[in-house]
Amino acid sequence: MGEEDYYLELCERPVQFEKANPVNCVFFDEANKQVFAVRSGGATGVVVKGPDDRNPISFRMDDKGEVKCIKFSLENKILAVQRTSKTVDFCNFIPDNSQLEYTQECKTKNANILGFCWTSSTEIVFITDQGIEFYQVLPEKRSLKLLKSHNINVNWYMYCPESAVILLSTTVLENVLQPFYFRAGTMSKLPKFEIELPAAPKSTKLSLSERDIAMATIYGQLYVLFLRHHSRTSNSTGAEVVLYHLPREGACKKMHILKLNRTGKFALNVVDNLVVVHHQDTETSVIFDIKLRGEFDGTVTFHHPVLPARSIQPYQIPMAGPAAVTSQSPVPCKLYSSSWIVFQPDIIISASQGYLWNLQVKLQPIVNLLPDKGRLMDFLLQRKECKMVILSVCSQMLSESDRATLPVIATVFDKLNHEYKKYLDAEQSYVMAVEAGQSRSNPPLKRPTRTQAVVDQSDMYTHVLSAFAENKEMPHKFVIAVLMEYIRSLNQFQITVQHYLHELVIKTLVQHNRFYMLHQFLQYHVLSDSKPLACLLLSLESFYPPAHQLSLDMLKRLSTANDEIVEVLLSKHQVLAALRFIRGIGGHDNISARKFLDAAKQTEDNMLFYTIFRFFEQRNQRLRGNPNFTPGEHCEEHVAFFKQVFGDQALMRPTTF
Amino acid sequence: MAAAAAGAGAGAWAAQEKQFPPALLSFFIYNPRFGPREGEEENKILFYHPNEVEKNEKIRNVGLCEAIVQFTRTFSPSKPAKSLHTQKNRQFFNEPEENFWMVMVVRNPIIEKQSKDGKPIVEYQEEELLDKVYSSVLQQCYSMYKLFNGTFLKAMEDGGVKLLKERLEKFFHRYLQTLHLQSCDLLDIFGGISFFPLDKMTYLKIQSFINRMEESLNIVKYTAFLYNDQLIWSGLEQDDMRILYKYLTTSLFPRHIEPELAGRDSPIRAEMPGNLQHYGRFLTGPLNLNDPEAKCRFPKIFVNTDDTYEELHLIVYKAMSAAVCFMIDASIQLTLDFCRRLDSIVGPQLTVLASDICEQFNINKRISGSEKEPQFKFIYFNHMNLAEKSTIHMRKTPSVSLTSVHPDLMKILGDINSDFTRADEDEEIIVKAMSDYWVVGKKSDQRELYVILNQKNANLIEVNEEVKKLCATQFNNIFFLD
Repeated sequence: MGEEDYYLELCERPVQFEKANPVNCVFFDEANKQVFAVRSGGATGVVVKGPDDRNPISFRMDDKGEVKCIKFSLENKILAVQRTSKTVDFCNFIPDNSQLEYTQECKTKNANILGFCWTSSTEIVFITDQGIEFYQVLPEKRSLKLLKSHNINVNWYMYCPESAVILLSTTVLENVLQPFYFRAGTMSKLPKFEIELPAAPKSTKLSLSERDIAMATIYGQLYVLFLRHHSRTSNSTGAEVVLYHLPREGACKKMHILKLNRTGKFALNVVDNLVVVHHQDTETSVIFDIKLRGEFDGTVTFHHPVLPARSIQPYQIPMAGPAAVTSQSPVPCKLYSSSWIVFQPDIIISASQGYLWNLQVKLQPIVNLLPDKGRLMDFLLQRKECKMVILSVCSQMLSESDRATLPVIATVFDKLNHEYKKYLDAEQSYVMAVEAGQSRSNPPLKRPTRTQAVVDQSDMYTHVLSAFAENKEMPHKFVIAVLMEYIRSLNQFQITVQHYLHELVIKTLVQHNRFYMLHQFLQYHVLSDSKPLACLLLSLESFYPPAHQLSLDMLKRLSTANDEIVEVLLSKHQVLAALRFIRGIGGHDNISARKFLDAAKQTEDNMLFYTIFRFFEQRNQRLRGNPNFTPGEHCEEHVAFFKQVFGDQALMRPTTF
Repeated sequence: MAAAAAGAGAGAWAAQEKQFPPALLSFFIYNPRFGPREGEEENKILFYHPNEVEKNEKIRNVGLCEAIVQFTRTFSPSKPAKSLHTQKNRQFFNEPEENFWMVMVVRNPIIEKQSKDGKPIVEYQEEELLDKVYSSVLQQCYSMYKLFNGTFLKAMEDGGVKLLKERLEKFFHRYLQTLHLQSCDLLDIFGGISFFPLDKMTYLKIQSFINRMEESLNIVKYTAFLYNDQLIWSGLEQDDMRILYKYLTTSLFPRHIEPELAGRDSPIRAEMPGNLQHYGRFLTGPLNLNDPEAKCRFPKIFVNTDDTYEELHLIVYKAMSAAVCFMIDASIQLTLDFCRRLDSIVGPQLTVLASDICEQFNINKRISGSEKEPQFKFIYFNHMNLAEKSTIHMRKTPSVSLTSVHPDLMKILGDINSDFTRADEDEEIIVKAMSDYWVVGKKSDQRELYVILNQKNANLIEVNEEVKKLCATQFNNIFFLD
């Protein structure tokens, strides 16, 4: 299997920590993504490492018994340590605050604390087997204040820090889940829901295991993922992942089913809005994208893996030593090891080896694994780092060896422009809202973010189309067809086409002498009017005379190019036409007499010169009451010429009333 | 045919007057090099209509033309004579290829009056025919021949005089019957192309359709697309398209209109399983694709005869009002399988596209609103793209092109056009015709516009204003000088 085949990889720089062993306990906090290595109950040191922390936090604490759970509050302000089943100990890490430990016992009588979760820098939730207790920590007073509590039998719990939702498992079968949502000192109870367990013989008691549930945010929505080892429908074997959508308001709803088509041990991650399912038996993983089209049966959508199953890319562990010696050869890391622990959304921890990785998706290999270009684009457009890959796909499908058919190319362009248009619309409504003075509205307007999926005309031109059009090997018919297809797609989404795309079309047509084609495109206004385009056309006149007319028509339609029209006509010695044009639009009082007289003289047509000269005499008469030219007009030379040809008496006399 | 012309003349009866329209007297093609010596003159004649004419008369007539051309060449070596006016008829000369001469003799229109003693008096109207109109008709004869047969020279190379004569005979025997000399007018001079007005988006869809079809039927060399007998796209060069357009709109399409109107021949076909129902059918080539014996013979056409000289199959395929011409290199053998494949690929898509165009066209018409019935009768022509627009001509039928104005007015238009041809400058000519009609001709750069106004007691200034108004509404998006 070549390296280009793996589409999942472990991050290059894992968080490294001391391996778990009898004297070193390792804890992971999902909220801060920190690993705690607690040696001898803290007495010989606690080392805390997070993914972004350059400098690990290390401290000591007294060994007051076995540590069951240890977590910092958000922003590492307060440390909470659970050592007994009734109490949690606190220690301030805020400068100027006392670092003496203080303790909180759970309020409910005879309850055992299952664990705790920080929901902010000073708010904490205790989960006991009899309910939950929501506290505010007052570090300066070294005490806690109970904000709210709720009594309920709890089998186990799960916390999703991104959405601040705690899920409690209740009932005997453990399959009724009660979510709570925390925000700024408030705790809200969301509607509970039941996870459908697979049908099982009555004798065996099947309950919902914590291991088979995960919570993750996918495309901005919170989902509860349930790994169902046996399908409920008897006709299909193999496990599946059931996605329950947990909205902020309203009931939880079963939405998607991901078909795994295999059985065994699985683990879930969510990376870049993709659900990754690892399968230990085959040591491979598959990915699912719930935004890709699946089979909808009226209530849920069934999805199959986007791509064939692949192993995570082999990973080499650099030989660890006190001072990492580079000469030592790296050791291949055992992937899918039974000592791996997987956390949401994208974390894989090997406690025995002392590593924490983030799982990553590699897009480039996927390009060759997904032959359906339309589906590939749908997939790529939803990924974070997609732009360069998308552009490379576009280049590839236009290349000689991998050329796609026009309908496929059209589909790809339409998908890109659909995304592009969505962004343009959002941007426009933002601008309009700002202009309308809603900038101080509440909540404040947010400028739409431009994701990498927005591939605009300039991206396409720079990275794909200009190189493609200049490729001499490419049949020009195909080049034109592709450019027109792109322009068609832009037009279909009502996106204004930039002139450089039109110029590319024109250049290609001109290079291959397809002037008549060009003419037809212009005739139907496929190439939008612009001054640069009109000038380009003018320059083509010597190769293709009708370009002159096309250019003039375009200038006329622009209606802001009257000066250019006059210049064009004068350069063609069409002095009378120029004068008639400028008079037609009412601009003849402001034009330079000298310019027209020069042009008329150049034609060596004396009658024309006479006509033009007389026109300006009349203008002078009308504007100033005198037919003579003023010195500022610099027409002396022409007056002299006029006299020489037609005689002094031909000059117009000032009319006196 | 000349003999029958008198009978065919559908002259209007007016005060004991009988009118006979112009008619074709004779039409011949010769090459003076083929029989330079005395006694061999007959060899010069490549084609002669009517064929029944006695040999010596043929030789005499050809000789006369040769002499006239030779004689006039002395005065104007670069521009030999184009026509010869006589009392009874007019002769038109054309040398389309070196030393190959085509001559058309047209009898002037006749008015037959009853004299007082009851004897008919025949009056030839010598000044009625316009040289430019009939010269253009003659040139068109050649262009049409060349489209279907290639050049004279090519025939000579392929099979000598014998082959050339055969081809000329085969082609012109039928073609001359379709010349309707009585209804030739300004439009024959222009030989223009009527373009279908279309919005950008629909046009781009058509582009996309054409490109896809050319890709999936990868042997197609050129494509042309028409809707409602008006051109939308031509992959052919302008001159070739001009004559092909003429053939399609005056010959091929009209021949298929009647069966369409009768509702035959255009069934929705759904025999092919999994296929979209569609209205597509071949106007050239096989009539019934289910008949295994069906012949896949398509007309051959010749294009780019000046340089690459290409011989092509002409496939014309139509669905509703949309027609596509696919042109394929003639060396490729077209099979029934190919035709079926074309039908299954093109048929459904063209059907959808045709209804799209129709719908879009109706929407655009509604939006612009003002495009109801123009109050003006005008003819517009642009030499640059051959675009032609006439509100004077009714729909063309295979037999005659109907105009809605009096022939005298049409003649004025022709006269103005002749004036325009003489000068390079932009011009404007306003003519007051009889019975309250005004005729205005405008020429701006490469464009010509002819307007016929009928306003009681209008004066020159008012007429000028009216024309300005017309230009502002109909031609505001082009550079057309007032």
